[in-house]
This record gives sequence, structure tokens and C-alpha cells, in this order.
Amino acid sequence: MIQFIVHDENDSVGVVTVEGLKANDTIKGWIMDQDKLLDIKINQDIPIGHKLAIKELNEGSTVIKYGTDIGRTISNILAGDHLHVHNVKTKRW
Amino acid sequence: MNLNQKIYGFRRDNNRVGIRNYVVILPVDDISNAACEAVANNIKGTIALPHPYGRLQFGEDLDLHFRTMIGTGANPNVAAVVVIGIEPGWTDKIVDGIAATGKPVKGFSIEKRGDIQTIAEASKAAYDMVHYATGLQREPCDISELWVSTKCGESDTTSGFGSNPTVGNAFDKLYDIDSTLLFGETSEITGGEHLVKDRCVNEAVADQFMFMFNRYQDMIERFKTDDLSESQPTKGNIEGGLTTIEEKALGNIQKIGKKCLVDGVLDKAEMPTSKGLWFMDSSSAAAEMVTLCAASGYVAHFFPTGQGNIIGNPILPVIKICANPRTVRTMSEHVDVDVTGLLNRDINLDQAGDMLLESLISTANGRMTAAEILGHKEFVLTRLYESA
Repeated sequence: MIQFIVHDENDSVGVVTVEGLKANDTIKGWIMDQDKLLDIKINQDIPIGHKLAIKELNEGSTVIKYGTDIGRTISNILAGDHLHVHNVKTKRW
Repeated sequence: MNLNQKIYGFRRDNNRVGIRNYVVILPVDDISNAACEAVANNIKGTIALPHPYGRLQFGEDLDLHFRTMIGTGANPNVAAVVVIGIEPGWTDKIVDGIAATGKPVKGFSIEKRGDIQTIAEASKAAYDMVHYATGLQREPCDISELWVSTKCGESDTTSGFGSNPTVGNAFDKLYDIDSTLLFGETSEITGGEHLVKDRCVNEAVADQFMFMFNRYQDMIERFKTDDLSESQPTKGNIEGGLTTIEEKALGNIQKIGKKCLVDGVLDKAEMPTSKGLWFMDSSSAAAEMVTLCAASGYVAHFFPTGQGNIIGNPILPVIKICANPRTVRTMSEHVDVDVTGLLNRDINLDQAGDMLLESLISTANGRMTAAEILGHKEFVLTRLYESA
């Protein structure tokens, strides 16, 4: 059972597709474009639809999804961390 | 999926195909809403479209008002129109615009008559129009004759890999049979504008697209007080896991598929002049955008949602597509096409696209959408600036 999806293997994030994931769960992901599978341990509870980092990102890094820039990190992020408005901001506006 | 099959629609005098058959009672201005609603109450089988504008507008904002009113009346889902305004000048302008389609349209103005006499005269006209409209028969038409628009709402991350690519898959297939398609939501392309620009059919269209994109960005820069957090993305988007406008935009752009080219660019409520995929400069607010799609002449609308936007339109059937299992579970009455199977690889994108096209065909043949059954009739006009 797939629990998160990554668009492209070069992305920095995946998206949780099931409800009820808890901190320290090891979850199963599917990389759509390359049709590969990936396991990762998450560090916090992550709601359905929210993102997890699939690689470590330092503060000020560019976050990649769909193979494209979706914003910048405002703190250090570990693989398996919940990645959202508390640690990532837009580069626009 | 056989897209050469016929659908049964209403062929209008200007040869456009509609899939609904409304008799519309259209107010020119806010103060004529009461008379329009009275006529719609008197005469069964009519629908009034009350709105808050139409007085003391000027310049481009007034032009947009006229385009929206005329376009709404001219839409092929509308069989006939009664127009009511406070005075005859602007009323006649809208009547003349709609009359160019060849459909029955009659205008009434309230000054020197009062509401009661106007309502009586307009009710008699509406009575005849209902007889006319209900006497029309559906006839076989090509699927490619349906103008189909799209706009997403209350998006979340499931929109980006589920419901939006489903629309994209259906758009690619409709594009192949020479349909007339539309997308827009100018602000929600921010972060992916280079991708849309690269899809434009030629440099002139790319330049027009970038002109519209930059014009909208300038407007946002002029009026913003912060980075638009909670507006773009919305609080619902953020709850659904979308973090930045760029991420939202990249999901949004999935709606134009992988193959369609952008063949032309429209200003708000302008009508396409040929087949293909059109970009229309527009707000990303659902009701505003869908109202503009109807005014541009579109007769069916694909609306992917993640968190569950519930929008409908009075004359344009809105087909909702959702890939979020929580939304489908908690708000099932708002979902027309459930593509949650995409998330656990139960179905592929090609199958999801076909499910949406099947829903388009049944909707075109007269099956009501969720929003129609639930009575959603959001008619929301776009304004460019203050009245004089």
C-alpha cells in the first residue's frame, strides 16, 4: 500500500496520500515518473496531502517538486521531516 | 474512449451547441434585481441572475460588464433572454449584443413604468419564451462542438497528481478532436509561467500570454500588503498541504495536459475566434472565473478540487473531479468524478481521463451535475476598479 507519492526522483519532497501517519512510522512511497518505490521514516505526524522531505535540506535551500522550484527553506530540514509553511516560504510576491 | 460518438444538444441559430436550455431573466444593474426575481417567480421555467453591479461603471470596467452580460445571454446553454435595466440605453446595448446570436431576447426598462408594470410586461415576454424554449428538441451533435473550460478550486496536493492531471488527460483527448478549450487563473500560474509560455503555439501568443501574466503580477504588487499568505495559497490550500504559490501553480498547470498547445489568449469574458486551447486572463477565485467562462461561451466546465470546493454556476454545468479520499468520504454529494484510485495505483491517468469524458458526455446529454442538483448558482461578476 502506497503511503506517499513523489512526482520525480530529483524532487526534494513527497506527498502523504493516506490518513493517520504518526511520527517514527516507516512509510512506503512511489516515485511516479520513474515508477520506483522508496521507504522513509517520518519524524513527525504528517496529515494526508502534506509533504515530507525525502532528503536533507539546509536553511536557504531551494525546494524542488515536479522537478521545479517551489520555494525556499527557512530552517534546516531533515529527511522525513514535515515540510510546510513553518519551514518553507515562497520566493514570489 | 470513442469521442466520435454523438451527444444530444441544442443547436442554436448561430450554430453553437448548448447542453442546457435556460430562459434567463437578466438584470442590467443591481437595482433591477427585484424586478427580475419577480418575473422569475411569476414564470416557471425561467431563472433570474441577480448581481450587485452595473451602475456608474466606466472605461474598461464597464466594457467588461457589458461583455459579461452579453456573453452570458449569448451562451448556447441559454435559449432566450429577458433583459431588465433601470433605463433603456444600457439595456438596449445588452439586448442588441445578445440578439446577434439570433436567439429571442427582449429588453425592458423601469424608469417611466415602475417595477409593477415592467414585471407584468416582462412576465408576458418570458411566458412566450418558455413556450419557445420547451418546444426545442435536442439533436445529435459532435463532442468537439462542446466548448469546455477548466478551473480548479480548494486545491491541495492531491489536485496536483490526481484531479488536475485527469483534466489534463481529458483536455489532450479533446484537443485531438479539435475541441474549443479554455483555462485561465492568471495569478495561479505564478512559478510556472515559463512552462505555459513554452506551450504557446507561436511567439505572438507567448508574448500575449506574458503581457497578461505581467499585468496581473503588477496589479498584485500594487495592492498587496504581505506575501499573500492565506489568500494565495488559500487557508484551504494550506490545510490541504500546499505550501507556496509556486507549488500550487505547478499543480494547476497539470490541467492543460501534456500535449495541448496554447493557441490563443483572451481578455476577461472575450470569446474565442477559433478552435484549440485558449488562455483567458482571469481571477483565480472560483465563482468569478467560472462566470467568465460562461460569458466567453463555454457550455461545460471541468472543476478539479482537493479539499472540496462546492461551486456551481447558473448556466454552465460544473463537473467536479476529486482525488482526495477524505474529501470524497466527507463531501461525496459534491463530487461527480471520483479519481481517488489514482493515488493507490488502482487506475491510471488514461482511465481517469476517460471517466471524466464519460461524465462530460452524460452531462451533455442532460444528466445533472452535483452542483446543479444542490442548487449552486454562483453568478459573480469580476470588477476591475471602483465605480465613478
